[in-house]
Amino acid sequence: MASFLADIKGTGTYLVKDINGPDTTRLLEMGITPGIAIEVMRRAPLGFPIEIKVRGYLLSLRESEAKCIEVQV
Amino acid sequence: MKQPLTIALAGNPNTGKSTLFNALTGLRQKIANYPGITVERKAGTTIIGGVLHKVIDLPGAYSLNYKKLDERIAYETLIGSYEHEDAPDLVLVVVDSSNLDRNLYLATQIMDLNLPVMLVLNMTDVAKERGIEIDPNVIAENLGIPVFAMSAKNKGDIEELKSLISEFEMEVPRPLKWVPNPTLHEAIKLVIEEWIEPCTNIPERAQNIEALRLISEGEFIGAFYKFEKAELGKRVIAKARGIIEQDGGNPMAAEVLRRYNFIGEATSKGSVQTRQNEKTLTDKIDAVVTHKVFGPMIFTFVLLLMFQAIFSWATPFMDMIDLLFVEGGNWVANTLPPGMLNDLLVDGVIAGLGGVVIFLPQIVFLFFFIYVLEGTGYMARAAFVMDGFMTKVGLHGRSVVPLMSGFACAIPGIMATRTIENWRDRIITIMVLPFMACSARLPVYALMIAAFIPATKVLGIFTLQGITFFGLYIFGIVMALVAAAVMKRFFPKGQETPFIMELPSYKMPKWSVVFHNVFERGKVFITEAGKIIVAISIVLWFLASFPKTEMPEALNGDTTEYDSSFDITENPESYQLRHSFAGKFGKIIEPAIEPLGFDWKIGIGLITSFAAREVMVGTLNTIYSIEEADDAENATLKEKLRNDINPETGEHVYSIATAISLMIFFALAMQCMSTIAIVRRETNSWKWPTAMFVYMSALAYICSLITYQIGSNL
Repeated sequence: MASFLADIKGTGTYLVKDINGPDTTRLLEMGITPGIAIEVMRRAPLGFPIEIKVRGYLLSLRESEAKCIEVQV
Repeated sequence: MKQPLTIALAGNPNTGKSTLFNALTGLRQKIANYPGITVERKAGTTIIGGVLHKVIDLPGAYSLNYKKLDERIAYETLIGSYEHEDAPDLVLVVVDSSNLDRNLYLATQIMDLNLPVMLVLNMTDVAKERGIEIDPNVIAENLGIPVFAMSAKNKGDIEELKSLISEFEMEVPRPLKWVPNPTLHEAIKLVIEEWIEPCTNIPERAQNIEALRLISEGEFIGAFYKFEKAELGKRVIAKARGIIEQDGGNPMAAEVLRRYNFIGEATSKGSVQTRQNEKTLTDKIDAVVTHKVFGPMIFTFVLLLMFQAIFSWATPFMDMIDLLFVEGGNWVANTLPPGMLNDLLVDGVIAGLGGVVIFLPQIVFLFFFIYVLEGTGYMARAAFVMDGFMTKVGLHGRSVVPLMSGFACAIPGIMATRTIENWRDRIITIMVLPFMACSARLPVYALMIAAFIPATKVLGIFTLQGITFFGLYIFGIVMALVAAAVMKRFFPKGQETPFIMELPSYKMPKWSVVFHNVFERGKVFITEAGKIIVAISIVLWFLASFPKTEMPEALNGDTTEYDSSFDITENPESYQLRHSFAGKFGKIIEPAIEPLGFDWKIGIGLITSFAAREVMVGTLNTIYSIEEADDAENATLKEKLRNDINPETGEHVYSIATAISLMIFFALAMQCMSTIAIVRRETNSWKWPTAMFVYMSALAYICSLITYQIGSNL
């Protein structure tokens, strides 16, 4: 089943299915490409931003950016 | 190679690029702003084999498809379209070996520019610790460019890199190994031939990358080049995107995916990850530092420590500087023959210089902390932890540290906004930062509270005085947040920059880099903001000292001619000040400030305190002819203020309403030339400091008016 990263609660590892929306290019450029695994490591106090690990490095994403990332659940 | 070269260092942020730059140039470097904008341009020289080469450290960039001003500068410098600068002769693309794929993305883009490129695999030691083994020769073979693996920690590596630079074969053709797939290629060709070539001034080397950019963006967002026939351009771009879409591709993604495919193939043969999914040290630290509960606690502790440093630890140094300039001033005053030149030097120039240097200890302490925190990688975590709260009021997670620094002084705080990458977030932070109750407001608050707020006990342990103090601090914070939320609404959005922020691996800060940066910050402040501060000091001195008036003998010991009930003994100093331009101006503005509850004496103080807010207290001392005014409690001044009677109304000049109105005014008004000077320097224009001055003064006037009118009618 596919879902958006913004809708996922808690932490865990997910496969990227597709990238949509306004920040598509930059998210792809940062290495969040379809087929790659991303791990939601931690969440900031209000739930967002989230700290994710992709291609071995750590990235902080706001809710609006997490909405662009479609993942396989 | 014997001719001097221009060597550009390019790369993602956090790749050790700056460390390499320092290692190459040593102290032979110059930091300045790019003309007209606030991105710092770091350039230096290095000597290789007796030839002096120029080295430019480009701003860190993730992509040439720029989303931020920094990235755009990096790109424009590379293609040589930046004013007065040709394209570099050689580009060293510095990459973090522990994060090869993402770093190579930018590298492949730079290779597209048809510039001589050498790849520097930096941080190989970190990669090794993570179990990543890279074979530079295979990578070089697959990418088609020379590759050098190094660790900036290793001195020998730097020397080897230097000799590689001197042996670099410029003329050898290095055909691109990565090629767009046929559809993308067709789309690029279409855009170049039908629009870029005939209708724009894009330099040839950048045509390919610009075509890709136009295809992915869909229009000319943030275009810096000249172009004509925009309608035709849009049609051509739409057509090019159509080609990709017909093939089942997404024009926003086509280039990126193609590059990552190429990179994946290039590195899969050249690097091996021996251990997978292992918890790194960074992961372990982050488990605590970005924890939901511990994260904010740790951040609070770090802030407290910084506060302690800029409030307490800096104080002895500031006292020393103060003493030095006062003593120096006295010495000059007593050594030179008395007269105008003496006054100008002592009260204008030396006092002005003292007013500049006095900020150094706080700037040095704050920036020491900031650069250590940046250097370790903690700063991005602090922003991560705070971002959720700060976005609610229109600010950025990175706004917290500058705003909090504003409690000590707005100057270092505004300088610290450099850590905010997004221009819009940065400018809003700068614009609201002076509302934070800085330490220069303390003496004014203390005087007014001691004189007019009763020490009534509240709830057993608090006093009304303490609560007023606290209230003023909270008032400043609330005003800053409200102003930020309002500005966010009206601020031109411009090109939206994504927040997407890398959390770099933790590492020990490079002390040489830390000290070097702190030194540069101090230097920039003294040389650039200092000029403005000294100039304004001299103007203020002039206003308070001219026209020269001698006090008539008859008045000595008499009461003032201004109002008979002004029950103080006249002395030459107060007489001079009252008859100076500043004094006259205080009189002139009296009708305007009367509705706020202020008289002409406060009016003079409002003018002189533009030098620094605490000058208000000194000015009032002078006006009330109090000699030896350095009484800590301001006991005498306090009494005088309380007993001052307005001759026309027969009422006290200062009521509680006046005192509160004055404190509100000081909380909000832009009463600080040094802030103006630093905003000018940091935003590179007079537009922002002017806007700041106008809006803060207007707000102060309105709020004081409301306060006084309500307060005095209760």
